Amino acid sequence: MTAVPLPPTDLTPAETATGPSRAKKTSGTVGVEQGGWFVRIAVLVTVLIWLIPAVGVLVTSFRGADDVRQTGWWTVLWDPFGTDWTFENYRTALDSGGFANAFLNSLAVTIPATIMPIAVAAFAAYAFSWMQFRGRHLMFVLVVGLMVVPLQMALIPILRLFVDGGEIAGVRVFPDLDLNGSFLGIWLAHTAFGLPLATYLLRNYIGSLPSSIIESARIDGADNFTIFWRLIVPLSVPALAAFGIFQFLWVWNDLLVAYVFLGGTSDTRVVTIALANLVGARGQNWQLLTSAAFITMVLPLVVFFSLQRYFVRGLTAGSVKG
Amino acid sequence: MTQTTPPPTETSEQQDPVPESARSGGDGAGARTAARIAGAFAIPIAGFLSLGWLLDFLKDDDANRLVIAAVAIVVGVVGVFALFWAMDTIVDWLPARVRETARPYVFVGPALAILAVFMIYPVVNTIVLSFKDARGDEFVGLDNYEFVFTNESMLRSIRNSVGWIVVVPLFGVSIGLVFAALADRLRRGEALAKSLIFLPMAISFVGASVTFRLIYDYRPEGFGSNIGLLNGIWMGLGNEPVAWLSQKPWNNLLLMAIMVWMQTGFAMVVLSAAIKAIPDEIIEAARIDGASEMQVFRRIVVPSILPTIVVVTTYMVINAMKVFDIVFVMGNAESNGTEVIAERMIRWFFISNHDGRGAAIAVVLFIAIIPVMVWNVRKFREQEAIR
Repeated sequence: MTAVPLPPTDLTPAETATGPSRAKKTSGTVGVEQGGWFVRIAVLVTVLIWLIPAVGVLVTSFRGADDVRQTGWWTVLWDPFGTDWTFENYRTALDSGGFANAFLNSLAVTIPATIMPIAVAAFAAYAFSWMQFRGRHLMFVLVVGLMVVPLQMALIPILRLFVDGGEIAGVRVFPDLDLNGSFLGIWLAHTAFGLPLATYLLRNYIGSLPSSIIESARIDGADNFTIFWRLIVPLSVPALAAFGIFQFLWVWNDLLVAYVFLGGTSDTRVVTIALANLVGARGQNWQLLTSAAFITMVLPLVVFFSLQRYFVRGLTAGSVKG
Repeated sequence: MTQTTPPPTETSEQQDPVPESARSGGDGAGARTAARIAGAFAIPIAGFLSLGWLLDFLKDDDANRLVIAAVAIVVGVVGVFALFWAMDTIVDWLPARVRETARPYVFVGPALAILAVFMIYPVVNTIVLSFKDARGDEFVGLDNYEFVFTNESMLRSIRNSVGWIVVVPLFGVSIGLVFAALADRLRRGEALAKSLIFLPMAISFVGASVTFRLIYDYRPEGFGSNIGLLNGIWMGLGNEPVAWLSQKPWNNLLLMAIMVWMQTGFAMVVLSAAIKAIPDEIIEAARIDGASEMQVFRRIVVPSILPTIVVVTTYMVINAMKVFDIVFVMGNAESNGTEVIAERMIRWFFISNHDGRGAAIAVVLFIAIIPVMVWNVRKFREQEAIR
């Protein structure tokens, strides 16, 4: 028994890609009693219980307002045609609910806030792995050490920097860029919060690439930037994708950072903020709330179903984010 | 993975047989150098000016959101690569002696700069602020910490948080473990069943909170019918509807159920992979010796994957410590008695504008998390090393 507590997160290039769910044992069928009725029923019941909350949201979001007010969503199970199915809720949520704008804002926050930490961390990871410079080890330990810091520790000072700028003994060291409520501000915050983990994971991956490739590229006259761009990046796609998906979901689903740095009232609010506000303002308007909730979930669910292997890898790798 | 340090590599400068001075010799050298220096200044300045203009545009409230979002994405994504390319190009124009000494700092510089400004400075500053007053002007000694450990609502939040870090990992890991073991023995449909349990992991805490608010929904007599599933079942059993979210202290468990729903899938996927890594021979041998399935599970499966169980548990402990969104979205934390530490921090810092108290709560949270987190990261590194 090798003590391999985490599934192959596929962050080493040497490993073959085996997602956890695909590693079905072959010998399990040989002479061993497979699951009987009890196992099947227990699994089925658990899955059903797990699905019920989501089904409730989905069904409610397509029912007419009067139906939603008068009967529970489960009544459609035995009377599917007795309810007034409609897309109206989605139209209302997207349009007057402002979720179309919020969705665009979420994209504008999430895509750069995913690419930026990956790019910054990949360059740093390359330098930590394949370049010689003073303080290399110390810097790497410092970066990795920051994984233990919960982001709550950073919120107050960053917001004060964004609002007031920074001064040390009367000297302005951080300009008053008025970053509060701006995309740049939240990109930088998310980049910082994702960097320690990203650098650590990518350093492990990039550092374990065979040195012969990099050596021969150097002998052929490639400079560091070319090696990084033409060699390291293409070879690191699995690690970049795993972290990218983790970070994308993390930022898309984040409420806290967006709440503090983008705020809830301005035009820049993202879907999670818009949904949380809607709960506060119209908490009993279920047809609107459920369709809005589903709008916030669409993109993560698409990512989940289309990139499931990377998705699992990304989340297991991201389990040490501070 | 072995943490091999790559062998010291020669820099390309050392391999370059032609010294810089020899290459750039000749009459045009002076002019070319001047052009390079001018370029080294012109590019960043032009970059900053255009960036400033673009960022102003992004703040323009009247412009079309679609255009703004598209521009923002392009600025953010292209900007970060342009930054590295520009810095690398500038380094190319430096004198040959310093060029390769400077280049590594081009690669690690941005990461270090961002972390210094957005992580290291804030940690220090938060600690300092935790000893200051609401606006961060005057030192007030330990007043904020006294508040954290004497205020009734704060004490309740600490108690609730302890509840979260016990209940959520307990249920999440147990259900995940049992489900993983059961699904492992399915002949068909294992992948699908696991996907469906894992699905809630994809959505946000806010979305999950809305989902469960619908289940817990309550209408008093005369304010419409009860459409919440829990009250539907409860009334079906012949009871009066209940305002579930105000039932102290059980409402805390209802909120914890949301997190269990979301994170059981994670525990299940990780534990499932560990179960599949147990060599078949061991389990076969036990079965041949007449062990029942239950005994195989308790005596062989669980002990074999114990390290994984511990890792998953700490992961869920950390998440439960930092839970904020669920309590925040469910609302009325104080009157319902559902406060948790991370939620109190935002209350005091962001809503009540008391930076000192917010900072003190953050520091308490930090101190509570450090040991678990250090342990978790170390464990994670060990496993990486084994692989």
